[in-house]
Amino acid sequence: MTGTDVEAVIIRELHKLASGSVGIKADTNIVRELNLPSLDVMELVMALEDEYDISIPLDRIADVETVHELAELVRSLNKKADV
Amino acid sequence: MGILDKFKDLNAAYDDIKSAGADPFSVRFDEMLSSTEAVVGGKKTILFGTNNYLGLTFDQHSVEQAVTALRENGTGTTGSRIANGSYGWHQRLETELAEFFGRRHAMTFTTGYQANLGIISTLAGRDDHLVIDADSHACIYDACKLTSAQVTRFKHNDFNDLRKRLSRLEDKGGNIIVVTEGIYSMLGDKAPLKEIAAVTKEFGGYLVVDEAHSMGVLGANGRGLAEEQGVEDQVDFIVGTFSKSLGAIGGFCVSNVDDFDLLRVACRPYMFTASLPCSVVASVVTSLEKVKNGQFLREKLMNNAQRLYDGLRNAGFDVGPDVSPVVAIQLTSPDLAVAFWNALLDEGLYVNLALPPATPMGQALLRSSVSAVHSQKQIDNAIALFTKVGREFGAITPERIASAS
Repeated sequence: MTGTDVEAVIIRELHKLASGSVGIKADTNIVRELNLPSLDVMELVMALEDEYDISIPLDRIADVETVHELAELVRSLNKKADV
Repeated sequence: MGILDKFKDLNAAYDDIKSAGADPFSVRFDEMLSSTEAVVGGKKTILFGTNNYLGLTFDQHSVEQAVTALRENGTGTTGSRIANGSYGWHQRLETELAEFFGRRHAMTFTTGYQANLGIISTLAGRDDHLVIDADSHACIYDACKLTSAQVTRFKHNDFNDLRKRLSRLEDKGGNIIVVTEGIYSMLGDKAPLKEIAAVTKEFGGYLVVDEAHSMGVLGANGRGLAEEQGVEDQVDFIVGTFSKSLGAIGGFCVSNVDDFDLLRVACRPYMFTASLPCSVVASVVTSLEKVKNGQFLREKLMNNAQRLYDGLRNAGFDVGPDVSPVVAIQLTSPDLAVAFWNALLDEGLYVNLALPPATPMGQALLRSSVSAVHSQKQIDNAIALFTKVGREFGAITPERIASAS
């Protein structure tokens, strides 16, 4: 699995939550640009936890704004995703 | 930029709701006629949105004890238990609560919100892991913001998902604290507590159960879901409220954990707020007796709950998964729910409007809470009004009625 795969997984999950959104990229701001409610962000987090079999603490999410930053967080929590 | 500009989306949504009729967030009961009826906008209105499960707010004995305590102790305590002292009534209530739950320790809080906020945020320290149900009440989420522990969520009422998430924390050190609720306040569904307790113990975790909506309601003796499911010995902390079945205000926690009283000097939402006035505490002590001996009230409550649940389901509404004193119907959109809520109020029926994000899965709900003291006639009236308005708004389809029956 490559580093950019994490971004791809996040973008795939975001398309499920923010239906109709186009052009989600690594630098897309998840909350501001996609206008994603906080509950949807938490759904996204749970989906990623299951995808990578990791635990993402809620307080770590507070600092995350973009798809790339979230991918970095996932990678930092699971070295397997970075291989 | 104005200080409240950050709420412009909220403001727009609120304006939309208000433009549809009455303001559901500032309903005023001009006169309380009983625990199930009030005058709203000059009209006699049946109340199905009060959480007054046992109808004890007007219990004559509780009112009299409260008045006596008010005369003897004054209108307020004017301070916190820690800084300004406790009253005899506080200690009496704590002793009686501990005895009621068969635990060594109890502490009371000024509201149920503060009880969860205080207990959960204080139990979970920096290296600990707080694991909460995804559909937890706002006060549990707020406790998560107040703690330095790491917080994760498990899928609502899904003990297999809980196991999966706990297994990811196994090698991370620190205590594991799992939080669940007895009856969930929006849909009235119950936690699979037996399984959640077993999974929590499998991983050596502590279990906190919020019995806010289930104390006085579930269990042969009214001790809540833990009693009903026979797992009280596996629940480390029970948190609850005096503002529902006990008909007053305040919150509590009971436990057998060693050194429990340390919480009194560590728990900020306990330490830095004024304590309950004795009049309130006296009414709770008195109402707790009614809860203890409340088998008849609980039986009546469950019969009433079943009657409303069956009536609404058979009328073709989507109701929650479990029969409980919280009966919510799911509507297809917030706009429909707001219009429906207004139409019911115009007809003289008050229920709760519940909209996202306060609801699970973004649902638009009309939530009723049943009381033991509702008459069958009041329940049948409520079902008839729901059905009438539901037909007018096209919220009931013939297919739904067919599939429900």
